[in-house]
Amino acid sequence: MWLTRPLQERSTQIFLGVLFGALVIVSALHLFMPQDSALYVSSYTVTLLGKYLCYALLAVAVDLVWGYLGILSLGHGAFFALGGYAMGMYLMRQIGDRGVYGDPVLPDFMVFLNWQELPWYWAGFDMAWFAFIMVLLAPGILALVFGFLAFRSRVTGVYLSIITQALTFALMLAFFRNEMGFGGNNGLTDFKDILGFDLRTDATRLGLFLATGIALAIGYVICRGIVTSKLGRVSVACRDAEARTRFIGYRVERVQLFVFVVSAMLAGVAGALYVPQVGIINPSEFSPLFSIEVVVWVALGGRATLYGAVIGALLVNYAKTVFTGIMPDAWLFALGGLFVLVTVFLPKGIAGLMSRRSKKDDTDTPSAQEATA
Amino acid sequence: MSIFQELTNRDQVFEFLAPVQSPVDVRHGPILYMEDVSVSFDGFKAINNLNLTIDDGELRCIIGPNGAGKTTMMDIITGKTRPDTGSVWFGSRHNLLTMNEPDIATLGIGRKFQKPTVFEALTVFENLELAMATDKRIFPTLTATMKPEYRERIEEVLEMIGLKDLRNAPAGILSHGQKQWLEIGMLLMQKPRLLLVDEPVAGMTEQEMERTAELLTSLAGKQSVVVVEHDMGFVRSIARKVTVLHQGSVLAEGSMDEVSNDPEVVKVYLGEEA
Repeated sequence: MWLTRPLQERSTQIFLGVLFGALVIVSALHLFMPQDSALYVSSYTVTLLGKYLCYALLAVAVDLVWGYLGILSLGHGAFFALGGYAMGMYLMRQIGDRGVYGDPVLPDFMVFLNWQELPWYWAGFDMAWFAFIMVLLAPGILALVFGFLAFRSRVTGVYLSIITQALTFALMLAFFRNEMGFGGNNGLTDFKDILGFDLRTDATRLGLFLATGIALAIGYVICRGIVTSKLGRVSVACRDAEARTRFIGYRVERVQLFVFVVSAMLAGVAGALYVPQVGIINPSEFSPLFSIEVVVWVALGGRATLYGAVIGALLVNYAKTVFTGIMPDAWLFALGGLFVLVTVFLPKGIAGLMSRRSKKDDTDTPSAQEATA
Repeated sequence: MSIFQELTNRDQVFEFLAPVQSPVDVRHGPILYMEDVSVSFDGFKAINNLNLTIDDGELRCIIGPNGAGKTTMMDIITGKTRPDTGSVWFGSRHNLLTMNEPDIATLGIGRKFQKPTVFEALTVFENLELAMATDKRIFPTLTATMKPEYRERIEEVLEMIGLKDLRNAPAGILSHGQKQWLEIGMLLMQKPRLLLVDEPVAGMTEQEMERTAELLTSLAGKQSVVVVEHDMGFVRSIARKVTVLHQGSVLAEGSMDEVSNDPEVVKVYLGEEA
């Protein structure tokens, strides 16, 4: 079975072990340490870590298409944001009559805009199951349509990157408009509860953090399952010699489309888990800059390793939190500098640094010796 | 009477209704049959009334000076280029002019391009695995497992192309010659009926050339092999039958000795070397 194969793999076992270990430790420190202890993890930190894990899942999704399929998507923020909006719409409907204007159906911004009734595309979002399906479907369908058109016309490389960038930019401009019915500039915010749990309580925050950790684990295993399957090897083949792959009988555009859609859905899930934790979703998540930043995380962590993407996302975002606290203006310079340094000195990223040591050990294996002979 | 019986035979579909993926019919001998094929690009006749027949299991060498139409001929066979006139048949049942590239590849025509292209990041074994004739749709590929008979087939081909000891090496580190063999191996994994091999020994050492000659001659019989080559020494070492192309049509055909003594051929092609 392609999904269970990664579980027998040592690298995946280590990854899951570390991830679940971290989840347990953070929860334990949060729940059982006295508040004045140095080891106490505050609710703020739990949510911050939950946010990092969302970013890590997004980075894994980007690494799947960039690292293994060779498609540099500079627009994955769009899928992330769409998943986030689907979740945000559900959370908005959960507010009910507790909004500022107290309208039982219409969200505040619609009352403010003098709308009389809910637009048709908001229907169904009061039901959790519908919203959660849309979290997968909205980014999935966009990726399907976009990918179908792009891959069928054999658009690849820089051109594809530029189009993905344009896609997210176009969506950002569209979502900025009040007429779109997604809260315009301000987006969706002022959420009250999710599945009946109050979002402001510590327990819900911890629950969301754990849910994000589990989502990351599942997402990682799905990606790893694809990558270690024959389809994963076909993706690498498409990445390295597209024409040859087509010539031995694979429909390259379908392989690309499948992996791209899976990746978009994972990004959507990451966005959906992100929104209740940060408490807001607005069009700035569509900004091209954010999508580029995601690519930087993956590059820093190490392309085509998946776990490298997680490391990159966590490290960069931790650094961002620290830096923007100390000197906010210097952050972008620091990020840029870091990116330049890594591309020059660590072309395979941090993961490359780690695997270099293990590679040294197996240069004595027979296959490597024969290879050099 | 017998015709009537054949028509009323209910457990058989009439031949003209049979699906295109029906087996290649070589009962009449030829596996590839090109008749009166012409194609011109902007008025330049790249192929001019070309007639060529390849028998099942034959090893045929095609030589000719640059611009003689060798590559265009291969493009026509593999469906990349459509001729202006003429007909191209694979066996006596499949009209290649009505089929597209992947269909022709699945039907059993494998083509090796001049420049070797293998998947450098994957191992030799994985390269062959991907090329194997299996269901190549998305979900079957995702759930595919390595069956013993697949492994056997890969081992068999590894043996044939002499890369058995390198099976776990990434294809990127192979030498130029080894890559050429791997690529031929990948074609073999597709179980083709006809192999089109474009300049297999370009850039090879003397030794590698010998190995390649052995490989190609061992393939003939099971598959039909068409080799386009410039290297006359190499052609002499493998060829049983040689076709000389010149200005888009067949100039001479026969054994290497017959061909090289043909005054026409000497004039247009071999003469350059002498």
